[in-house]
Amino acid sequence: MTAALPFVQSMHAAALQRRLPGSGLAWLDAARTDALQAFADRGLPDQRNELWKYTSLRALAQRAFAANDAAAASRAGAAALLPVPARQGSRAVFVNGAFRADLSSLDALPEGVAVQSLAAALRDAPEPLRFLLDKRVDDDDDGFTLLNRALAADGLILKVAAGAEVGEPLHIVHVGLAAEAAAAFHLRSLVELGKGARLRIVEHHVGEPQTGHLTNIVRDIGVHANAHLDWTVVQQAGADATLLRRSKVRLHDDAALDLHALELGGKLVRHEIRAELAGARSRFNSRGAFVLHGRQHADMEVLVAHRGRDSFSNAVWRGVADNRARGVVHGRILVQPGADGADGSFYNKNLLLSPDAEIDTRPALEIYADEVKANHGATVGQLDEKVLFYLRSRGIPLETARRILVRAFCSVALDGMDPAPLREHCEALLAEQLPEVSA
Amino acid sequence: MLTIHNLHARIAGKEILKGLSLEVKPGEVHAIMGPNGAGKSTLGNVLAGRPGYEVTQGSVLFDGKNLLELEPEARAAAGLFLAFQYPVEIPGVNNTYFLRAALNAQRKARGEQELDSMQFLKLVREKVKEMGMTPELLNRAVNEGFSGGEKKRNEVFQMALLEPRLAVLDETDSGLDIDALKRVAAGVNSLRSPQRAFLVITHYQRLLDYIVPDFVHVLADGRIVESGDAQLARELEAHGYAWVRERTPVEASA
Repeated sequence: MTAALPFVQSMHAAALQRRLPGSGLAWLDAARTDALQAFADRGLPDQRNELWKYTSLRALAQRAFAANDAAAASRAGAAALLPVPARQGSRAVFVNGAFRADLSSLDALPEGVAVQSLAAALRDAPEPLRFLLDKRVDDDDDGFTLLNRALAADGLILKVAAGAEVGEPLHIVHVGLAAEAAAAFHLRSLVELGKGARLRIVEHHVGEPQTGHLTNIVRDIGVHANAHLDWTVVQQAGADATLLRRSKVRLHDDAALDLHALELGGKLVRHEIRAELAGARSRFNSRGAFVLHGRQHADMEVLVAHRGRDSFSNAVWRGVADNRARGVVHGRILVQPGADGADGSFYNKNLLLSPDAEIDTRPALEIYADEVKANHGATVGQLDEKVLFYLRSRGIPLETARRILVRAFCSVALDGMDPAPLREHCEALLAEQLPEVSA
Repeated sequence: MLTIHNLHARIAGKEILKGLSLEVKPGEVHAIMGPNGAGKSTLGNVLAGRPGYEVTQGSVLFDGKNLLELEPEARAAAGLFLAFQYPVEIPGVNNTYFLRAALNAQRKARGEQELDSMQFLKLVREKVKEMGMTPELLNRAVNEGFSGGEKKRNEVFQMALLEPRLAVLDETDSGLDIDALKRVAAGVNSLRSPQRAFLVITHYQRLLDYIVPDFVHVLADGRIVESGDAQLARELEAHGYAWVRERTPVEASA
């Protein structure tokens, strides 16, 4: 029985124990109660769910998580983990799921940019967030979005006014630190770019190796007409971390999102990106790579829905798995009726470095409009022996040759990433990740 | 410098080299000619240590060392270079990065000081100029999108930079038009020196008009059946490989 699962029990216990920000607001209490009830009915997603087909939660279901890390607000050591590019510039820092004003730096943000933690927003002015938090349970919800709705205690509310342009990137840093017990953090975030606004976000995940926390992030990202969001994800979560993300993106007329993702850390990591190209000529480019070792598991779900005429999407993802690691890539392009002239493509190549590694890739197209261009392709392979020999014949030792080729394989995910220091940082991280590549 | 004795090698269970012997001294240029399927490319690949080629008999000494027991990268560090018949494209690997990794790996293996990026750039720019390459080459991925001729020239350019003691050119002339052939040959000739030897594997005599060899060997059915000077190549051109077969002593073809 699902009710007996330690995971489920611990979530219900958390709901009873913890007084969440904004509790006492009737609409919010009701929404949280409904979500928790729906979670009790639905439980954790299982592999019959098409979007969880290759990601098993059986091990997770046997684990219990503390309701939160009560000491998060004062935990020391986070500053030392801040990634290099985030140490300068504007940043919003979360430690064990809680916003930390003392570690953040938001004063230099230009006019027109408003950043607030969810906890603060619920305390100061909850009503504007009602549209976000007071939603009915629907078919798209899974166990984690329901838990998020029931238990989210913090997050980031970020709004950029129409026409505002933010030149320097804003870093959003999630830091995981060891606590008394492994805890679950549910974060609910909102990013809104007004008409013609421009913003760069760099999202970092870092952590101590043995924390065992679960981070469950749900966010809505709205990019209004002619606005442009540049979003880079640099994920180096701690080796024991469970990181689940759902990002729901809506792009209006002529709006654009450029996503770069480098997924290197964590034990069980998932990112479900639901991009809705609602507006005419809206554009979504995504490039990403994961490099997995040991028994890491990463699941990238890139779900693109074209609704606007002449909307454009292009996805190029790369996966590398060594040892007993497991990767999942699911790219879906749905072209809705009326999205005539849409152009969507999804390409995914994967590299297995060990006979025990596994990567499952599924590209899928569903087209219900006219004059549509849609392409997809997916491969899983090994390093090319001919190329390896070519490098060795020039004097490059086998191990180095393998590293060079894996790095080159992934580097396509960094194409177009700027500014230059960020790209260099990511290249260095990739290089660091690769000495572990096995023979 | 290179002593091949009674070399037998096979690939996928099929014997290709059947008792090949050859002696190459410093400063010499040896041409290996022969019909398709004679084992020319197999010889180059066996010398460079390509996986999949199995030596069943015989020996290869390179500067007195047993070449066959070295990994491909160790052979390169010892001074052996193979110019590939089909150079591979390596998307995502920048030429400058690749060349520096190769040169420094060899230097390290030989116990020499590695070059820092300034030293390397200075050297590589000199070589680009010497070999008449376009400097943009350095910013491109290795062989990616290169024409056949550009790939072959890039092989010779790599050779110029890595300065091997023995270079094996595996059908470097194949697929080249006459202008590209002349440029490739000029590059090779500029690298000839009393310390360096070449093994030029080719199907056609044409290349040997531009890279004049000291010795010409005819390889047929896995062994050398005829050796001579540059004149032999011209006779082959005039008479074809069938002519050699007729001249081959009975005991050699048995």
